Parts: sequence; structure tokens; C-alpha cells
Amino acid sequence: MRPDSRIWSFVVPIAAVILALMIASIVILLIGKNPVVAYEALIKGAFGGRQAIADTIIKTTPLILTGLAVGFGFRAGVFNIGAEGQMIMGALIATVVGINLGGVPPVIAIPVTMLIGMLAGAGWAAIAGYLKAKTGAHEVVSTIMLNWIATYLSSYMVTEPLAVGSGTPKSPEIAESAKLPPLLTIGATEMTSGIIIAIVAAIIMYIILEKTTTGYEVKAAGFNPYAAEYGGISISKNITMSMAISGALAGLAGALEVMGVHHRFLGTLSGGKGFDGISVALIGQNHPIGIMFAAFLMASLRTGSNEMQFVGVPKHIIMIIQGIVIFLVAADRIVRTILIRKKKVRS
Amino acid sequence: MRFIEALLDIFTNPQFYKITLTASTPLIFASLGGVFSETTGVVNIALEGIMLMGAFFSVVFTQITGSPWLGVFLAIPIGMGMAWLHAWASIKWCGNQIVSGAALILIAQGVTGFLMEPIFGQPGQTDFVGKIAEIKIPGLCKVPFLGQAIGQINPLVIVAFASVFATWFLLYKTTLGLRMRAVGENPESADTLGINVYGIRYFGVIMSGVMASLGGSFLSVGEVGNFRELMTGGRGFIALAAMILGNWNPIGAMWASLLFGASEAMANQLQSSPILHVPATTKPLFNMFPFIVTLVVVAGLIGKTRPPAARLWPINFKVVLYSMFQPQQNLSSTCSRS
Amino acid sequence: MPPSLGGIELDKEYAVVMKGITKRFPGVLANDHVDLFVEKGEIHAIVGENGAGKTTLMNQLYGLLHPDEGEIYVFGKKVHFKGPREAIEHGIGMVHQHFMLVDNLTVAENVVLGSETKKGFLFDLNEARKVVKDLSEKYGLLVDVDAKIEDIPVGMQQRVEIIKTLYRGAEILILDEPTAVLTPQEAEELFEILRRLKKSGKTIIFISHKLNEVMEISDNVTVMRLGKVTGRLKTSETNPKEIARLTDNVTVMRLGKVTGRLKTSETNPKEIARLMVGRDVVLRVEKESKEPGDVVFEVKDLWVKDNRGLDAVKGVSLKVRRGEIVGIAGVAGNGQTELVEAITGLRKVEKGKIIFDGIDVTGFSPRELRDMGMAHIPEDRLKYGLIVEYPAYYNLILGRHHRFPFSESNFLNKRFILKNAEDLFEEFDIRPRKPEMLGGNFSGGNQQKIVVARELSHEPKFMVISQPTRGLDVGAIEFIHKTILRMRARNVGILLISMELEEIFSLSDRILVIYEGEIMGETRPEETTFEKVGLMMAGHRLEEVER
Repeated sequence: MRPDSRIWSFVVPIAAVILALMIASIVILLIGKNPVVAYEALIKGAFGGRQAIADTIIKTTPLILTGLAVGFGFRAGVFNIGAEGQMIMGALIATVVGINLGGVPPVIAIPVTMLIGMLAGAGWAAIAGYLKAKTGAHEVVSTIMLNWIATYLSSYMVTEPLAVGSGTPKSPEIAESAKLPPLLTIGATEMTSGIIIAIVAAIIMYIILEKTTTGYEVKAAGFNPYAAEYGGISISKNITMSMAISGALAGLAGALEVMGVHHRFLGTLSGGKGFDGISVALIGQNHPIGIMFAAFLMASLRTGSNEMQFVGVPKHIIMIIQGIVIFLVAADRIVRTILIRKKKVRS
Repeated sequence: MRFIEALLDIFTNPQFYKITLTASTPLIFASLGGVFSETTGVVNIALEGIMLMGAFFSVVFTQITGSPWLGVFLAIPIGMGMAWLHAWASIKWCGNQIVSGAALILIAQGVTGFLMEPIFGQPGQTDFVGKIAEIKIPGLCKVPFLGQAIGQINPLVIVAFASVFATWFLLYKTTLGLRMRAVGENPESADTLGINVYGIRYFGVIMSGVMASLGGSFLSVGEVGNFRELMTGGRGFIALAAMILGNWNPIGAMWASLLFGASEAMANQLQSSPILHVPATTKPLFNMFPFIVTLVVVAGLIGKTRPPAARLWPINFKVVLYSMFQPQQNLSSTCSRS
Repeated sequence: MPPSLGGIELDKEYAVVMKGITKRFPGVLANDHVDLFVEKGEIHAIVGENGAGKTTLMNQLYGLLHPDEGEIYVFGKKVHFKGPREAIEHGIGMVHQHFMLVDNLTVAENVVLGSETKKGFLFDLNEARKVVKDLSEKYGLLVDVDAKIEDIPVGMQQRVEIIKTLYRGAEILILDEPTAVLTPQEAEELFEILRRLKKSGKTIIFISHKLNEVMEISDNVTVMRLGKVTGRLKTSETNPKEIARLTDNVTVMRLGKVTGRLKTSETNPKEIARLMVGRDVVLRVEKESKEPGDVVFEVKDLWVKDNRGLDAVKGVSLKVRRGEIVGIAGVAGNGQTELVEAITGLRKVEKGKIIFDGIDVTGFSPRELRDMGMAHIPEDRLKYGLIVEYPAYYNLILGRHHRFPFSESNFLNKRFILKNAEDLFEEFDIRPRKPEMLGGNFSGGNQQKIVVARELSHEPKFMVISQPTRGLDVGAIEFIHKTILRMRARNVGILLISMELEEIFSLSDRILVIYEGEIMGETRPEETTFEKVGLMMAGHRLEEVER
């Protein structure tokens, strides 16, 4: 590795985002709209006013957690595309538990619900992890299958056993004591304290990865499973455990969505946040701090895209931007070469 | 007991077989695409995204030209273009193939959703634009049972099965196929023999784009005649599982696709079974069925299959060892670890 | 017309002339103004130690690399190959050290790949099979045309590589260390093939570091050392000692033991004897005679399967005592790898027992074995020995990272980890002195030192050492050998697996030979010869060989 690789890991994602925005502006032009106007709307939608900022922060929370989930998986050498399904399961089980915690004081109800959500996500991911460890089944295919199974399972749960009211399928509300207290209330928007939990989770992930023996083993297994096994690290235990931790983070994301934002399991709940986690992890270079910034970036894009709709740019542009960013990060040499050429031209 | 009765009823119903064929067709196309790409050593999980693009653009072009066949044909270059992007990132720039594939899926979902309003004026799904008409196979129609099952059939289904054999022939009976298999197993050796590894890999990946596009086109213009956002519904991944289950062999992939298609048909038939009277709200549970089958199959089978050795890693570990002894190689086919 | 150079007769016809070849890589001058003259129809040897630049030189002749300076003439015509395809067109074929074969295709398919026999655009497999069979018969290269490469033995794979070159009309064959993977008997078979090829007019260039082979098979020798040519000799007018002096002074003492098969008519027997005695004397001084202690490690009737489910180890039993080095000799692929993996807990034991320090450890995990005092220097340091993305200080605790003082209640103690690294870097003279540098950035020799340092720092009672000096330069080899002997002096039991007979002979107290998963026999270096061990490596049991 080059000595300046730390700088590269910082520069490449930022350059990728800028390039993606430029390419996206071409797409916007193609449908006859003005990219400048579109991006203005984007910024206004994300940061224009306290409500917007609160919205953005609310959206950041699950993204940090799914980003951590995917990022942790990457460090451990597993590609966890299943964050979506793990989040759904976490939310679903947390809802079921949360509904029944009526008389329990919040001091107990809140941690319990969170924990159950984490365990549900961990368990769901561990299925794929265990399969990979025992049979070598590629986690990409198995986690995606689990995603769909989770989606249909939860869809069934809110249309039959848990259904309440009419319109969008939804579950009953969870008990008051299981709801996360809001940090601030701005207009009709309550900004939950979930963001604090997410940041704490990021810090804990950092500590685990860099300071503990578990982190040493997880990273070793991710870099070189042969040498890790030779060095006494159990690969099958590691894969399963890494997937479980990854799933726990995604499950926590789901639980917090239920506890802090919707207070119930609503519709399909996830809405692609699991896949967003992949973008966040890649842009954040699998590092907790990078992930926090990347999550904030993604969240701003999402909030801002609503405003973009009003100027006639469909919000799918965000997915396109995301896709381009991930593409460029995957083939980061493209970005590096472009940057090096620009440097040469200047000098 | 009623369940067994229902099963028997389904197995003796020619509709079940017809639905199996229709459900398998997109899987056959896409899994063949996977075979093309992975035989040459490039993993392409973007099949899901390319299928979606194929589905969308064949509807677009059908709307413009009025002919569903033209719609299918004109969508193919789009699929090739997406595949080319993946090839470009993976082969030329040695990018992470799984991540590149995931990116393309996102881009496909974004582009198809994005263009809904500008082109069709409404989000969610388009109106009916045109469908490829089923054709009657002369003679077969009169045959009892078989006639009802496959006497009247969508021509793309026939194209799919023909493609299976065409692919098999290409891979095992021509020099191009021999070289493709060599490149996927040991690209360094192929390179020293003067084989154009880059070119063959590009070919494999772009062909996977052609196939996936056809698979997607069948979903829209072949089956229902319109486009609905995210209508591929995970089939691209089931196709990957079919490819693995089929041991990277076109004929094996076909059988695997038929298996998965049958599970989808089974779920469909159970839902509408007159014997079981399944309530509409349990529909999602049946939708899960093909995915569970896939999961079980993928989990149970992996030890027994043999993927191409150079799959996924632009660098072969042998190359790393080799380069210990010869510090620098003119290995244009592989990516150096710089 | 090849240019004139003092002392070279111009009336000879030259197949290959390389003049002034210079090739640089970052940090190393691999070829330094090298001149090479290969007569038409001769067998020409290029000799030198690991790292002398022989392979780099030939890679340029074959078009895999391009010279920075210099010219190449093939059959009198100046050439500049952009790639192997052009070299092949000019009649050059190369058999590399690591074969370039496609495992899942058959012999016939491999031979014709790239220049396939065709019927229109269809691949004509039957024609390919016929062509390969014809070549095989014509040159006496026995192969099974329909077998897949992954199913045939290494010797046959090599013959496939040779047929590949002949199929493409090679007139000049380059062979890079061809006997590295063969038993002494298979090497002799290869030499017969080479002689036959020479008789039909082919020119052969033979890279080797084994002097006895060079003496036996070649007509002329070019000696290289550290990128330069240090001598150009006619084999019949020289002797191993002289060649050795031109390769490296230290190496004279370390030469391959000359076997009894040397063509005595072309060398001086006195020189050979002196060479043999000289080496033995040095050996006895280096390795003190020692009474080994009690048995520290034992394997009883062990059966292990390979990756394809076939039996790779078939009922092996052996004992290792404290302070004893037991060497296992054998050609690659005869079960050594699986044996080592089973012993070190990396592979399942199907049947049999492993006993370490009196305890039945069959089925124990690598961690448990290490905690009990077993160390393992793996044969593939990049795959098993190191994590190249980790800094050296992390690599140096691998295996003990979960124990005090490196880890306390799951937290790593950076201070102790760094101190440990500093100490080990000092003790083992690992360069550069930068423990924070990533494992992948150290040179091969230093990487091996890191692995050795780490394993020894476990203070083991028993060590399994596999191919410890593969690909290392002379200095590193000497260091590793001295370290192994030091452990022996400290009463550590050592199981050494190596494909280099010299290494086995010079280090082992007892020698076991493995062939197709079975032990062919046990002997001592002073009671046997290379030839006998070679026969065992080829599948003959000790009793047969002794007769």
C-alpha cells in the first residue's frame, strides 16, 4: 500500500460524490430540468430551516447504524447485503415486544426493546453467517433471500395478526414506556434521541475494532482467513459472530425507527435504508467516523430529494447518485487516475 | 390431508406446468447470463439491475414503435451497455466486482424509477403498451394435457430454451468456448498463450447483459404488457442461485431455473387452490416460498459444486506466489496489487 | 549476423544471442549487461543461485518482459518481442517453474489452447487428441490425452508443457528449474527426453541451480551471479568447483551433494571427492552430535483426506524426540501438506492418533495446540504465515494475541505489543527496523524471519517447519538453518518437511521419505545417499533400495 493511502481513502469518496453529482446533473438536463435549480432545492430541503435539519438528523440515525452494520461486515470479510431484512426483523420483533410492555417503567422498557431488536437482527443475520461458515454458501445470495423472506413475513404480520386500522398496513402502537423520548420538538416533528444512540454505537464499534482482541481477530479473519485460522482464530465462529454483530446493528436501526419515529411498525418500514447502508459504508470507507459523515450526507440527499420533487426532478435521482458513487468507489482507481491526471495538468 | 389433495390437484393441472415454464423463462435467461460472465471469471450480480432495465426499456420502445418485438430487440443494447459498465469497472479498473454489481442495481432502480414520470407521466407503473402474442404450436394443441400446458406458448419461452443449447454448444464445442473456460480458470496461462483475456472477459460480461435484458423483457412485454417499478422482484438473484446450483453449466442452470420456476408456480397455485381456500391476506407467506427454496438449495449445495477458479479475484493467489520469484510480469490479463 | 565479441568464434551457428541485456526493477538491477550465446542444437545451462537473474533473462527472450537495454538475435535475426505470441512464432517455447496449465481442461485441450485445431469455427477435439498423441509418441513424452490436468501427476504435467511448445513448432526450448518438482529418477527420465530432443535438432536452454545436473546434461554453461554473467564455460572442460566459485564463494561449501551418477569422464573425480568431503566436514562441525531426549511428539497410523476427498495421508506413523530434527523428504504433492495441516490442527484427522507431550491431541484446534507448546512455520508464508495488511507488530503476536500480556480482558495492550516487536526485530535482525510497516512490504527473507521470530517467541516444545527456505537468498537461508539448529540445541523437537534434499541431509538427524501418503522408509543422512533417498521418493521402499 502506498504511504499516502490514508489521504486517498479520504479523498476518493469525496471526489466520487462530486463526480456523481456532476453526472447526475447531466441526467437532470436530459429530462429538461435545470440542475442548478434542482441542487438548490436539494440543499433547501435538507438544511433550509430547523424542521429540515431535524428531518435530516432523524434520517441519519438509521443510516449510521446500517452503515456500521455493513461496514463492520466488510472489515470482517463478509458482504452483508441483508441489512434490509435484519432491520425489518429488528423492527418487527421490537414492535411485538414494545406493544406488550404496558406497565413497565421506561428505564427498563426502552433498553429491553432495543436489546430484543438487536437480538432479532443478529439472529436473522446469523442464519446467513452460519450457512456461510458451515457450507460456504455465499452470503450475498443468502442474505438477499432472507431480505425478501423478511419483507413478506412482516407484510403478512401487519395485514393479519397485528393489523390495526385501515389504509397502509400497520401494527398497533407500542406502549408509551417503550417510546424513545425526543430530544427536541420542532413544529410537528419530534427529533428523537436515537441519534445519540447511533453515535454511541459508532464509538463502540471503533473501540471494538481498534482496541480489542475481538477486533484484532475480526480484522485478521477479514484480511486473511487462512492465516487467521493458522493463528488460532476460529473462522466459522468469526463469520457467524461478525454477521451477528452486523445484524445486531441493523436490527437496532429497525428498533429505533419503531421506538423513536413511527412508534409502530408501518408499511414496509425499511424503504431501502438497508441498501443505503451499503452506500454509507462504502463512502465512509468502513470507518466509524467516515460512516457518520457519509450517513449525514445520504440523509441530506434523502431529505432534500423531497424538495427536488417540487421542481420536477423525481427523487429517484438520489438512487442514481448513490449508485454512481458506489460504482466509483468500487472502481476507485478510476477516481484516482482522474485526480492524478488533473494534478499533472495543473503542474 | 387436504394439503396433499391440493398438491395432487396442482400436479395434475396443466396450468401448473405452463406457469412453471413462464416463471422459469426469465430465470433461464438471466442464469445463462450469469454463466457467460462467470465462466470467463467475472462475477456479475448486476443481473437484477440489467433485467430491470431490459423490462423497462422494452416497454419504452414498444410504446414508441408499437411493436413488442422491436421493444425487446431495442432494449438489448441497453442491457449490453450496463453490462459494459460492469466489465469496464471490473476488468479494466480491477474494481470490486460485487460492489460494482450492487452499484449497477441501484443505478438501474434509480433510472427506471426516475424516467417513469418524464416518459410515461405517472409513477409506479405504466399503462398497458403491448404484449408479445402467444403462438400456437401446430399439432400440439390437440394433444390432451400437453396441449393445454404448452400448446399455446410465448415464443420467448422457446427462445430461452434454444439459448440454453446454443450456450452449451458455444462453450463446449467451439474454440471460443474453450478459451472462455480457460480464461475463467487460469487467465495467466491463457495470456501467455496469446489469448486475449480482456476481450474474452468483455465478451462474457456483455453477453450476460444481452441475456439478462431478454429475461427482463419477458417479464414486462412478454408476460403482462406493462412495466411496474421494481418488477424483477429479486429474480436476478434467484438466477444467480440457479447458476450455482447448475454448477456453472448451461444445462444445469436450466434445470435449476425450472426448479425455482416450479416453486413460484407452486406458490401461485396453492394460493388460488380451490381445495385449500387460502385467504388473500396470507398471500405474502406464499410469496416467500421461492426464496426459501432458493435459500435451502444454496445452503445445501455449495460444497458439491466447482466454480471457475479465477472467479471474483482479479488476482489469483498463484500470481502472488509467482511474483515472488519474478518481480514483475507482463500479465496484461490480471491486475497488479499496487 | 551476431556481433563479434572477444573470444567467441563467429563460424558457429547461434540459435540465440543476447547482448548487453539490462533489466531494472524498483530497487534491484536484475540483469546487468548480460551476454548470452547459445549454439544451435546444444543444451545450454544457465546456472546461478536464487536471485541471480536467470529467469528474468529468459523471460525477456520469451517476450514476457522487455529489456531496458540490449539486443536479442534469434537464428541470426534481430528481434523485439512484444509478447510470448511473437516469441512462439519465432520458434521459442518456454516451460516455466510454475506450470501454465488450465486445471479443469484435458491434456489435449491444454496443448492446443490458443492455436486450436478447428473444423470451421468448431473446436476439433479429435484432431487435437490425434496431434497430441503423435507428438507424444514421436518424442517419447508419455501423457494421457484425455485426462484433466488436475488429475495427473506433476511429472506428466511437465511433459504436457513440453508438448505444448513442440506443438507450436518450438525449435528452442527454455526450461526453468525443471527438476525442482521431480525425483532424481524422474529427472533422469527428463534428461533422456532432452537428449532425444537434441538429437532431432532442437536447441535447449536449461536454467538450474543444481550443479550436478548441469554437469550431466549440458554442453555449455553460462554462470550468473547477482545479475551479471561471471563465466562462460564448456562443460567438458570444467568442473563443479570452478562453476561454484563463479556462482558464489560461500556456496562452494553448500553445493548440492554430488551423486554417484555424475559423468566421471567429463569431470575430475578428485575435485568431486574433495567437494564431498569438504562439505561433510563443514556439516559435522556445524551440527553437533546430540543424544535426543524422550519422545515429545508422536503420530500413530494417521489417515487424512485431501480437498477432493481422496486419501492423502495413508497410515503414517512417526516419532520426534526432544532435541532431534526429523526430516521428511518427498516430492511436492505426496501428502506432506495434508500431513502438516492435520498435525497443526488445520485439517480433519480421519483415522489415527496424534500425541503431543504424552497427551492425545487428535482433533485439537490450532489454538489449543499452540497453547500447549507447538509452533508451526508454514510452507506458504504469504497465505498462512502472515497477514500482509497487518503491521509487523500485529503479525508478531498472531497466535498469542489472546493471552496476557498482549491482551487483558479482551483489550489489547499496545505497549507490550510494540515492545515485543522491538525486541524480536533486534534479536532476529529484521530489516528495516520498522515494526509499524505492513507485513506485505518486507522482503521475502525478512517476512520469513518475522514468521520464525514469532513462532520461536512462543517458546515451543515442538516445531513443525515446512519448506522454510523456499525462494530465499543465500544469506537468509543460512540464517534460518542456524536458527533451526539453535532450537535443536535447546532441546526442541523439530519436524522438518522440505523438497530440497540438501537441506534435509544437512539438518536432519533422521530422514523419513513420504510417497503417495505413505512412509517409504527411515534412515540417517550418514547411512544413505541422495540416490537411495531419491529412489524412495519415487516409490520404492527402504528394503528394496538397500538391496
